[in-house]
Amino acid sequence: MTTTTSDSTPLLELHGISKSFGSVQALSEVEFEVRAGEVMALVGDNGAGKSTLIKCVAGTHAPDEGEIVMDGEVVHIHGPKDAAKLGIEVVYQDLALCDNLDVVQNMYLGREAHDVFQRLKEPVMEAKTAETMTSLSVTTIRSIRQPVATLSGGQRQSVAVARAVMWNSRLVILDEPTAALGVAQTQQVLELVERLAHQGLAVVLISHNLHDIFAVADRITVLRLGRSIAVYERHKTTQQEVVEAITAGVPTKVSGIPQDAPEPPV
Amino acid sequence: MTTDAPAVQAGLPEESLRQRVLDNIRGGNLGSWPVLIGLVVIVAFFSFKAENFLSPGNFSNILTQMAGTTLLAYGVVFVLLIGEIDLSISYISGIAGVVVAKLTLPDGSFELPGLIAILLAVGACVLIGAFQGSFVAFIGVPAFVVTLAGYQIWQGVIQKSIEEEGVIVIQNSLVNDTANYFFSQRAGWLIAAIVCVVYAASLLAGVVTARRHGVAVRDPFLIVAKIAVVVAVTVATVIICNRDRGVPFVLVLMIVALLVLTFVAKRTTFGRHVYAVGGNAEAARRAGINVGRIRLLVFMISGAMAGLGGVVLAARLNSVDLNAGGGTLLIDAIAAAVIGGTSLFGGRGEVRDALFGAAVIATIANGLNTLNLTQGVIYITTGCILLFAVTLDTLLRRRQRKAGR
Repeated sequence: MTTTTSDSTPLLELHGISKSFGSVQALSEVEFEVRAGEVMALVGDNGAGKSTLIKCVAGTHAPDEGEIVMDGEVVHIHGPKDAAKLGIEVVYQDLALCDNLDVVQNMYLGREAHDVFQRLKEPVMEAKTAETMTSLSVTTIRSIRQPVATLSGGQRQSVAVARAVMWNSRLVILDEPTAALGVAQTQQVLELVERLAHQGLAVVLISHNLHDIFAVADRITVLRLGRSIAVYERHKTTQQEVVEAITAGVPTKVSGIPQDAPEPPV
Repeated sequence: MTTDAPAVQAGLPEESLRQRVLDNIRGGNLGSWPVLIGLVVIVAFFSFKAENFLSPGNFSNILTQMAGTTLLAYGVVFVLLIGEIDLSISYISGIAGVVVAKLTLPDGSFELPGLIAILLAVGACVLIGAFQGSFVAFIGVPAFVVTLAGYQIWQGVIQKSIEEEGVIVIQNSLVNDTANYFFSQRAGWLIAAIVCVVYAASLLAGVVTARRHGVAVRDPFLIVAKIAVVVAVTVATVIICNRDRGVPFVLVLMIVALLVLTFVAKRTTFGRHVYAVGGNAEAARRAGINVGRIRLLVFMISGAMAGLGGVVLAARLNSVDLNAGGGTLLIDAIAAAVIGGTSLFGGRGEVRDALFGAAVIATIANGLNTLNLTQGVIYITTGCILLFAVTLDTLLRRRQRKAGR
């Protein structure tokens, strides 16, 4: 891997992560890191293993091998709740919002404020939601008590991001946050992403859109066929170089794959 | 948690009541209005058509006739909310009837007190619900098939367990009172007062906590109007009932169950998770909700309500026979929830839908009976209304999906 001079210990490090589904090797010995206050882009072609990798971090999948290190200590993530406890939040591509619930209910989904009798504390949740929305400058939503089904795509994305941020999270993973959005809404979300990093969060941005990535990312990790190929610094690379890494790999830098190896079926 | 929120609240624009109503209609969320309007139309129709329909005695009759179905339908609402179905409830309710009848039979075998027999019967039904629910929740067998199997199994169990007797007469007065007891006039008013005070207090308590947390109280007018309507309906109901035999116990049972289950559905984390699982099970799972546990508990609630309904149904006949849980009970219970406005697609509906839907079905059956029409006409009419309700649900859902995107 190409390495950069690190000025601080990474918030999250993944070492030698492997994961297979039956005979399909989705990830093999992936190395990855992200520091607080930086936007790390994770790129790769379809089937490169991006989604599988973040699911391992989110606790949805358990990696077969390898270790997850946070703040220099090995951690074990067995489910979404473990990830949340460590301050890891994921905003999924398909948003993972419940359309029938309103904004407040979605923000607190699975983590409702309640008393000893399991009674919901609606006013507490509503006040905190309003506060979070305002702090992120999400003001286009008319009411935080309207069902998410009535929101636009950009508004839904804002709700999903706001939910990730509200929980004192330290690492926010965004899976294709701009895929379904128009130009203006994409711009809004990218600004939101930069704001998160400025607030000191570590942000992992997964995207197919190199234009978006070069707009906000500090560093770029390239995955290809389940392997981490390279890490680039945005200022020291070009889109051309990244595209080559995504599509063909950088053969000299791939260990374990012969240069003339045929493409395995994806 | 934060208490300094008021300053922040100003950042978000306020919305008016009118705007919210428009949003709801646009989003395909009509609440209980269609069924309430339908109920008024049906009552008006029969009042003009049938002479002896609009009488205090008949009002009491309808309440007793709908009680069993309503209790089952409360459970159906929960099952529909998570997007599943339970076809076994009718025969589970039959099981409850058989258990109560056998346990209270004064033949020297058990002779348990009525209350204990009822609790054991309902408990058995909860276990049945848990048994069936675990197949759905943990193995992933479709609920349709699991409960269809249950439909057959429990029907068979009922037939097997009373094949010698054919019919068991329930002689325990406490059990029979669950369907046939009427409160005295004074007790009726006392109950009405309690209902009104509890309802008003719970709404006002909500306003107070909202104020304390600096959350804007939406539409104080609406809260006053809600309390006024509930008080008016309660008082009117007691006046009508007292002109007949008094407030029937089944009405109190239906209301208490409604309040408890509505509290569970709307005010607890469990209820919130039920709606979440029905809205987007994958999102719920990713949010850390134990989806299997929610499904299991919902089937247990379904079993419990079927059991309670079964006791009332058996008590109403003072007996159980080989037909316990048969007939149109299953269809009526599911239809009640759906006609009331609970979506078959999950995630949308309220417990009160079951009460309103059951009222529609019972009123139609009762009204057509007073017109001396045959059972066939009743089936056709109820079926048409069910078809209409499901079509409306489908259209609303389509509208909900389109809204805002």
